[in-house]
Amino acid sequence: MSLSENTTVDVKALVNDVLEAYPEKTRKRRAKHINVLEAEAKDCGVKSNVKSIPGVMTIRGCAYAGSKGVVWGPIKDMIHISHGPVGCGYYSWSGRRNYYIGDTGIDSWGTMHFTSDFQEKDIVFGGDKKLHKVIEEINDLFPLVNGISIQSECPIGLIGDDIEAVARVKSAEIGKPVIPVRCEGFRGVSQSLGHHIANDTIRDWVFEKTTPKADFVSTPYDVTIIGDYNIGGDAWSSRILLEEMGLRVISQWSGDGTLAELENTPKAKVNLIHCYRSMNYIARHMEEKYNIPWMEYNFFGPSQIAESLRKIAALFDDSIKEKAEAVIARYQPMVDAVIAKYKTRLEGKKVMLYVGGLRPRHVVDSYHDLGMEVVGTGYEFAHNDDYQRTQHYVKEGTLIYDDVTAFELEKFVEALRPDLVASGIKEKYVFQKMGLPFRQMHSWDYSGPYHGYDGFAIFARDMDLAINNPVWGVMKAPF
Amino acid sequence: MSKAPLRQIAFYGKGGIGKSTTSQNTLAALVDLGQKILIVGCDPKADSTRLILHAKAQDTVLHLAAEAGSVEDLELEDVLKTGYKNIKCVESGGPEPGVGCAGRGVITSINFLEENGAYDDVDYVSYDVLGDVVCGGFAMPIRENKAQEIYIVMSGEMMALYAANNIAKGILKYAHSGGVRLGGLICNERQTDKEWDLADALAKRLGSKLIHFVPRDNIVQHAELRRMTVIEYAPESKQAEEYRQLASKIHNNSGQGNIPTPITMEELEEMLMDFGIMKSEEQQLAELAAKAAAAGASA
Repeated sequence: MSLSENTTVDVKALVNDVLEAYPEKTRKRRAKHINVLEAEAKDCGVKSNVKSIPGVMTIRGCAYAGSKGVVWGPIKDMIHISHGPVGCGYYSWSGRRNYYIGDTGIDSWGTMHFTSDFQEKDIVFGGDKKLHKVIEEINDLFPLVNGISIQSECPIGLIGDDIEAVARVKSAEIGKPVIPVRCEGFRGVSQSLGHHIANDTIRDWVFEKTTPKADFVSTPYDVTIIGDYNIGGDAWSSRILLEEMGLRVISQWSGDGTLAELENTPKAKVNLIHCYRSMNYIARHMEEKYNIPWMEYNFFGPSQIAESLRKIAALFDDSIKEKAEAVIARYQPMVDAVIAKYKTRLEGKKVMLYVGGLRPRHVVDSYHDLGMEVVGTGYEFAHNDDYQRTQHYVKEGTLIYDDVTAFELEKFVEALRPDLVASGIKEKYVFQKMGLPFRQMHSWDYSGPYHGYDGFAIFARDMDLAINNPVWGVMKAPF
Repeated sequence: MSKAPLRQIAFYGKGGIGKSTTSQNTLAALVDLGQKILIVGCDPKADSTRLILHAKAQDTVLHLAAEAGSVEDLELEDVLKTGYKNIKCVESGGPEPGVGCAGRGVITSINFLEENGAYDDVDYVSYDVLGDVVCGGFAMPIRENKAQEIYIVMSGEMMALYAANNIAKGILKYAHSGGVRLGGLICNERQTDKEWDLADALAKRLGSKLIHFVPRDNIVQHAELRRMTVIEYAPESKQAEEYRQLASKIHNNSGQGNIPTPITMEELEEMLMDFGIMKSEEQQLAELAAKAAAAGASA
């Protein structure tokens, strides 16, 4: 069965048709978030980072998700308290598959979860006393913990608990950093503000209050990986490439990362940013304060990997440039083999993406490398600068949708008939029931890594498994 | 004869206006009309029942609940105290100033009292609520068909009038979804200019009535120092008679409440100007000009 017969859809007319279903005010507002990319446009021409419209079923998360789930959560040698009632903690427990190395419960706590489990009395009388106790218990039960972060859920902001005061007192008592993060879910329009708030707490409570280990010895080749959350091992398959080209990765933010790595980061020669959206704030801060340049790179698919390796190498001396070329050359046979194997099976297949962070643009070329075509893409929580950066990846006629609603995405997919939809768990079963191949591109559908050359091989295999699965030939969607 | 339905009333008003004193004196007088009464103090300070119990209530719902673990662990008798002439008293209690959420505490306490049958076997439930209607929690007695009538304690002072008007807005908000009505204004005399007239005028503007004007009398202080109501301390006094009158008016006011018609800040200021309490800008400018002229003449 092939759904890719409709090659000549009038995309602009489609957008108008879909928006027609809305009341006028909603239609006007949503129209600004959807566009068909024109040649030589300066950006994608969509509005972003504004409040979602109630009732449309947005796919966005909240500030707490941005801080706890993305930025702070993966720091493995710290314990992150979901401070408030139990639900936010429970439903954000190990959801993102941030892999790490360590002994869970001894020196790492990635898959464990900690919550202050607010009860009525904590709301009425304030939760600070309980927070004191939680921190004491954590430090007693897990003496090897290197630091604690307090991830605020909504009620903390509503009742005005003074978590900063608790953090200062407890930090002095236990002799370890305690970091209060005011990432209450009602703040901002999406998880994006949570990233920003979390970045700011690293600036104010890590950089300002701690000192790197005295025995840290710098080299001219010290770099960091910032904005890689090591989903399915992404940071590892990225790190080896940097190391093979002669660089030393002194810090991973924050997948498989440690507090000491955060503290050492201002010693880097260059900060390498993978997820610009969630970590550009701290990179810009380090540029201003410590004069550390930063660069956004892309390790999805061989064309982007090679381009990024060369751009990174250009910041260093000739020995690094030579080694970068050697790395690219060394992996080329493997790349050729992967492409030879899968391109014939995937060539010409159309993809629609809808994800967060960096992926709506960064993964585009890895599909191109397999001969596939991206016909639509959009971000959950992008800002204008993300859409400016997207221009480079997508071609004229691509449908761009910001903070797309469940209804819009379903209608766009129905009309554009891609061969693959790549989005999140909430979308997965909707499209599979429509008879469409689907891949989760937040969690890599429990696969991965997808970063780096090794990741590309897995990515190609996974897309083939989804698209060419024989199940699609034996089922027919009832609609 | 079937039992008369439960009457639920609430006293609101600006902080320090004398809500607790007025309500306790009035309720003490109401007992003499053969009414069984439960007072629910909705103020974290827990001083709404001091004159009835002859002591500040020590065991509030929320403090006991916090000690026991949760409100589900409490028994009604732990928190229900009996004072003057068998008036039952409960204090909701709440956090110390500056922490937590006292409003949520009010909601928790009232739900606990209802679920555990505190309202069975009484004729009256009276809520004494702190200050202004600052948040949803303190509006609890107004919401969800709790109090049928709200009595606003006020005086002729500008901010008391302002607060009364604000409380009327709170009542209006819930008047159509539930059955809450404004029972009337109780003016607790502060001896400001044209106080009765102002109170009466505001009551009319709010579509309500000045149900009673309680004159100022130092005997209230004397009684209060002895942790008593005037009704108990000096039952023969003139002031006790005032409270008995107020009690009787409230008792006969069942079903007579109104949906209030709150006014804007500008209208309130105009009203004060009409009474000559507040000067208009023209008047102020004229006075300034006169002053300047006088200063010029003397120089």
